[in-house]
Amino acid sequence: MIIRLENVNYIYNPNTPFEKKALDNINLTIDETDFIGLIGHTGSGKSTLVQHLNGLIRPTSGRVLVDGIDTKDTGNLLKVRQKVGLVFQYPEHQLFEETIYKDVAFGPSNLGLSQDEVHERVKTAIELVGLDFEKVKDRSPFELSGGQKRRVAIAGVLAMKPRVLVLDEPTAGLDPKGRDQILGRIKKLYEEKNITIILVSHSMEDIAKLVNRIVVMHRGKIVMDGKTKEVFKQVEKLEEIGLGIPQITNFMRKFKEKGHPVDDTVITVEEAKMELIRFLRSKENA
Amino acid sequence: MVDDMIRFENVTYKYGADGDDNQLVAVQDINLSVKKGEYLVILGHNGSGKSTLSKLMNGLLLPTEGNVYVNGMNTKEEENIWKIRKIAGMVFQNPDNQLVATIVEEDVAFGPENLGIPPEEIRRRVDKALDIVEMAEYKKHAPHLLSGGQKQRVAIAGILAMEPECVILDEPTAMLDPVGRAEVISTLKKLNRQEKKSIILITHYMDEAVEGDRVLIMEKGRIVMEGTPKDIFCQVDKVKELGLDVPQVTELAYELKKEGFDVPCDILTVEELVDAL
Amino acid sequence: MLRDITIGQYFPGDTIVHRLDPRTKILIAIMFIVSLFFIKSFYPYLFILAFVVLTVRLSKVPFRYVLKGLKPLILIILITFTINIFMTKGEVLFSIGPLDVTKEGIRQAVFMALRLIFLITGTSLLTLTTSPISLTDGIEKLMSPLRRFNVPVHELAMMMTIALRFIPTLLEETDKIMKAQTARGADFESGNIVKRAKNLVPLLVPLFINAFRRADELAIAMEARCYRGGHNRTRLNELKFTRNDVLVLIITTVFFGVIVSTRYI
Repeated sequence: MIIRLENVNYIYNPNTPFEKKALDNINLTIDETDFIGLIGHTGSGKSTLVQHLNGLIRPTSGRVLVDGIDTKDTGNLLKVRQKVGLVFQYPEHQLFEETIYKDVAFGPSNLGLSQDEVHERVKTAIELVGLDFEKVKDRSPFELSGGQKRRVAIAGVLAMKPRVLVLDEPTAGLDPKGRDQILGRIKKLYEEKNITIILVSHSMEDIAKLVNRIVVMHRGKIVMDGKTKEVFKQVEKLEEIGLGIPQITNFMRKFKEKGHPVDDTVITVEEAKMELIRFLRSKENA
Repeated sequence: MVDDMIRFENVTYKYGADGDDNQLVAVQDINLSVKKGEYLVILGHNGSGKSTLSKLMNGLLLPTEGNVYVNGMNTKEEENIWKIRKIAGMVFQNPDNQLVATIVEEDVAFGPENLGIPPEEIRRRVDKALDIVEMAEYKKHAPHLLSGGQKQRVAIAGILAMEPECVILDEPTAMLDPVGRAEVISTLKKLNRQEKKSIILITHYMDEAVEGDRVLIMEKGRIVMEGTPKDIFCQVDKVKELGLDVPQVTELAYELKKEGFDVPCDILTVEELVDAL
Repeated sequence: MLRDITIGQYFPGDTIVHRLDPRTKILIAIMFIVSLFFIKSFYPYLFILAFVVLTVRLSKVPFRYVLKGLKPLILIILITFTINIFMTKGEVLFSIGPLDVTKEGIRQAVFMALRLIFLITGTSLLTLTTSPISLTDGIEKLMSPLRRFNVPVHELAMMMTIALRFIPTLLEETDKIMKAQTARGADFESGNIVKRAKNLVPLLVPLFINAFRRADELAIAMEARCYRGGHNRTRLNELKFTRNDVLVLIITTVFFGVIVSTRYI
């Protein structure tokens, strides 16, 4: 399954003094095997873009095709929303049911599935986010810790069995432990469940660790799109729009500038360690 | 004693009553003193007790056991409480939920208005506070139209307008994007260096601790590590075990040292590591 | 979608009308409303019309803004008009089925419709030219004598200010929660009234929970900023009655006095 955006434009409050062009001629194809990191400043159009992917917002002009379905075809919107799951920022603020089970069941119930099927999906979804189904199903979602609440909220989207999962800053406000747990789960979903992932994040370090493709947005346009390493190589271009690169990549570049022949395209600490050990050992031997 | 901005003596804080099943010991037997003009960073993961600790510092919570002194005044004595809150101002995590008024300058004026300060003096303080946080040009704006970092700076200005000696910030950057975080952290540095305010920054971002004079790490209601940023960062394994991050370069330096290379452990920035190698 | 609604509808400006003390404007609005109810013939409406036109001109608020205030109330105006036209007894002009249209009916209908229209334009002129915050200040000051009767005047004004501050935030949040639930297949747009009401649960519950959480955090933040009610509180911008205010108040009092007196002539 693929998602295709063709010449998509979106304007907020058209024909008023508050008119604002949020998306400017976007063309983008998302493939099944993609794990995309979507980066850009607040207000660059990322949020507007991701809301187009499941028809929450429909283009002012151009079109969005999800598995061949045009999101302007309002009769098929539920299908689109089932295929593309969207997890908003601070999703725990949308929990509303008395029990975790009921909350996670909300999505699949809206799809009109049988009780058995709903049960099966809720169970799977809760387990996918790393919670113990039997232990938590009858508890109130409001009793949980911040990180756990968020995982329940993500389970609520996973229970729709989406083939593409879009997450808008899923780790915002969490501490490092909570963040690592969530990111670990997302990685598993991609690797084991073959779910296409689109991750919106401000953390270049997280992006570097996880994704295989980066899409950079700036002022409503896609300004860069490519393999993770390829994008992080173009430091000048990223810095021009005020975005950074992982600290470790930055270090390797500076180190290379000092005249040390090292590979400055590494993007994780592990890679950097290997590269430096190789370099330092060869220097010792010389 | 007069040199102490804030002093904790054997402080324990429990949520819930004794004998209650849900009783939770949030902070246990803390002894701590913060010097005037000090920039202290308190780190810890969620639930480590760091937020409770901050609320004990200006009498929003009162210790179950032990005493907290702010500028020599005990927070338990009721007649001190407003003086204490004026001296030790506090900024919270969610910028939206601490702004009261519909116009920036009206919001900054809220604190001094509560203190009963004359209008001309309030005007002077509001203008000065907005200048310090570099938000003067937004003084007539509506807060809900500002970015997260801007809102948080307005919140800081609101505290500054009370002319406190100490500013306590409870995870002020947790909900901000990198631009907003950088704005807030540089504002704090300015407050400490130029305005000579004591700063107590509570956070779980290790990299924000770099500017501090001293770092504390909390775990299960206790202070488990204490020292200068460099002391703390040298113990990468221990810090990671406590569920916290270290900057990537610090981690790399530590890893290289483990492999037998001669790298100092107290690396905090990219430049330091480049120089060290 | 929801955030497009502008509540309070303040139209910023720096005209003589904008600069008047909010208390002056509130008092004028009250006189305006009261005098409307004293009018019993058509010609005093000409004075009222002149007053409205003059105020609009002086405040430089575009006329369509003033008229926009009427839009949500058009239905009420129409209902009043219809009821009056059919329910007033008198000289029958013609009949529609069992309903008689009388001469007095038409007169009464037009009369009541005009009263409503002026009522709305008059009050919206107040909110258009006075920022919400100074409006609240004005109300607080005007009501302050009631404090002697233990009316919590300051607290009420504070509540209004906070409500104004949080309306945009809550609208934004409503929008976000609606979208999040829609992404999970919720439907807010179809079905009969019972079903629609039921469908609102996933929106309202989180909205309330979040509002309580916000209220809690705000209360702590206010306390940390030394808030302890209205006692001994000062203000950044104290309200000041200027010569202009006095002058305008005298003129308008005479003006509305004349309108009221027309009833007894």
